[in-house]
Amino acid sequence: MDFSKLKRQVILKGGKILDPIKNTIKKSDLLLENGKIKALGKINSNKSTYLMDCKGLIITHGFCDLHAHFREPGREDKETLESGSMAALAGGFTRVCVMPNTNPPMDSPEVIRYIVDRSEECPIYIHPIGAITKGQKGNELTEMGTMLSEGAVAFSDDGLPVTNSAMMRNALEYGTMFDVPIINHAEDLCLKQDAVMHEGKVSTHLGLPSSPDLTESNMVHRDLSLTDLTGGRLHVPHVSSSKSLDHIRIAKRNNDKVTAEVTPHHLFFTDDDLQKFDTNLKVAPPIRTMSDQKALIKALKDGILDCIATDHAPHTIEEKEGTFDLAPFGMIGLESCFGAVNKVLVKENNLNQLNLIQMLTTRPRKIMGFNNNLLDIGVNAELTIIDPNEEWIFSRTDIRSKSYNSPFIGQNMYGRVKYTICKGYISVI
Amino acid sequence: MKHRHLLGLKDYPAEDIQSIIDMAFTFKEVLERPIKKVPSLNGKTIVNLFFENSTRTRISFELAQKRLSADTVNFSASTSSLKKGETFKDTAQNLEAMKIDAVVMRHPTPGAPLHLTKYIDAIIINAGDGTHEHPTQAILDMTSLHEKFGYLKGLKVAIIGDISHSRVALSNIYGLKTMGAEITLCGPATLIPPFVEDLGVNVNYNVDEVIDWADALNVLRIQRERMGGGLLPSIREYRNLFGITTERLSQHNKELVIMHPGPMNRGVEIDSSVADSDQAIILNQVLNGVASRMAILYLLLGGKSDKGKD
Repeated sequence: MDFSKLKRQVILKGGKILDPIKNTIKKSDLLLENGKIKALGKINSNKSTYLMDCKGLIITHGFCDLHAHFREPGREDKETLESGSMAALAGGFTRVCVMPNTNPPMDSPEVIRYIVDRSEECPIYIHPIGAITKGQKGNELTEMGTMLSEGAVAFSDDGLPVTNSAMMRNALEYGTMFDVPIINHAEDLCLKQDAVMHEGKVSTHLGLPSSPDLTESNMVHRDLSLTDLTGGRLHVPHVSSSKSLDHIRIAKRNNDKVTAEVTPHHLFFTDDDLQKFDTNLKVAPPIRTMSDQKALIKALKDGILDCIATDHAPHTIEEKEGTFDLAPFGMIGLESCFGAVNKVLVKENNLNQLNLIQMLTTRPRKIMGFNNNLLDIGVNAELTIIDPNEEWIFSRTDIRSKSYNSPFIGQNMYGRVKYTICKGYISVI
Repeated sequence: MKHRHLLGLKDYPAEDIQSIIDMAFTFKEVLERPIKKVPSLNGKTIVNLFFENSTRTRISFELAQKRLSADTVNFSASTSSLKKGETFKDTAQNLEAMKIDAVVMRHPTPGAPLHLTKYIDAIIINAGDGTHEHPTQAILDMTSLHEKFGYLKGLKVAIIGDISHSRVALSNIYGLKTMGAEITLCGPATLIPPFVEDLGVNVNYNVDEVIDWADALNVLRIQRERMGGGLLPSIREYRNLFGITTERLSQHNKELVIMHPGPMNRGVEIDSSVADSDQAIILNQVLNGVASRMAILYLLLGGKSDKGKD
């Protein structure tokens, strides 16, 4: 990946512009000046402009990820805000929300301020998600109001579910004052016990400790009911099971404050892929069955799931090359996201390309209240340029993260991010 | 042999299982001789790598190796030392550096032997990986059944006890299914894994019905740690519902072969009087264990240049 400052005047020539707000794809050139969008339409070049050939490519909004772990502060050996930014750019992401399970956790206005300040120096926009409870311990609410004014955009205790229903109620209720999304990792830890995978035919074959889909859907159901009770705003992260979708489907009928995301890996893999005991497929919530996978794809098409989020979770090779019980949960996902979801959804399941792009751009931005008018004249360019039909194999060299715990390595991909433009920089894949 | 390693009996070919059983009978004959040693694996080095305590399996393997004239090294590592820092990879690569031919490994984690194949070139034999598989135990069980009945196809085998936490059960299911036997699992519902019918077995919670049906009972150990943990109420309750007691067997007027992989909890899952009775072949299983492991080692490491691939 080549990363450099944008030339003063750049013409993106001969591509198609996919506008996920207007629902249009049309041929158009695009002129950038000093990192801002200057003009659209047919644009002629002159001596001072730098020409970028975009023939056959699609130009659209930069992708936005609602769920990533950049490990800073605390585990800079796994990822930093800089290395995470480079991984994001390689995957076409210009805006990333980072989870608070750092060390110290993002549970105070001071740590939120630290992330916001550090992000200024990074080539993408990074937004911290604050912890719901102090120390992610589930006992005391954090200073949500003050954290919001320092730059937090949502609240979550990340991998630690808010088990105490009264605390979850309080968080949703307190959050109504700010109309801010509360994100709860839904896993009933009592039912989960020491499970490392989904309970099903495959877990019985492998003898690995497992937990059923109810582990997730029970807590999703509780959270949805509490959202009804409180009028709060709930965003359900990384939905993995058909049963959870049933609850979300019903809740969404009369509650527009419920949103939900799905990860590329829950769309791409099934529990059958764990037969080789690949620790990179050890994630929470676990990869489930083919029927869950089909339900997730259908739910995306039906709008029950709003957007795609990577749950990019870097871990060191030392941790992941241990045995299955000791390996931590999580995989990286920014770099492989588009090629994977475009393959599963557009190529194999006939989803409209435009819809897919909305799931990566306008829908997540809407959930967080970010500016969505990215193709207006005068805005700072936040653009992703893709080849929608390139067939390629994801490899270790495509990874920009500090970690490379990815089961996508060696997988066939369809569609590829070619350029990402953000904050006056361009990365060329 | 189709596979270079013996990691498990899932998808293990029937003809290879049969070859091992046939060879086990040959070696059993050797074990009856006054001089019980053959030079088959002279010059081969085998490491017994045990990350979990084991007495009988380790001794059985060690004896099998010595009877075949292989050089053996025992390595017992507690997993706590791994947790302290030395990685599995380091241990494996250290072994590899010492130029060994095969590793017999027991490990508490499912999949660990497959994991080991990524790091070293030696032949790997799984001596039990957590709650996953214990293929050599299943092979010795099948050898014992074959010896007793003369066939495996159509044989009715009941496996009784804690199926969920049993690598013996899973390997027996895979192996016996491949060889055409019928299997019924019997135990408390909390200790029968979900979706187990998918493996082509029956589940029946009524042990008396199962006894009426079966040709042989393979009685598994009930670990005392499971008691009172939410899975099982008490030993008394377990004995009432599933215990293989003299009283229970006397109510069924039939000949039945009783097996147990050991170690036994006498008075819990099986009565002493049953374990020591003529219908029990438990000690014969132990002898067949040495013969079967000799057969496995010989067929995987032996002189034949028929190098299989995994």
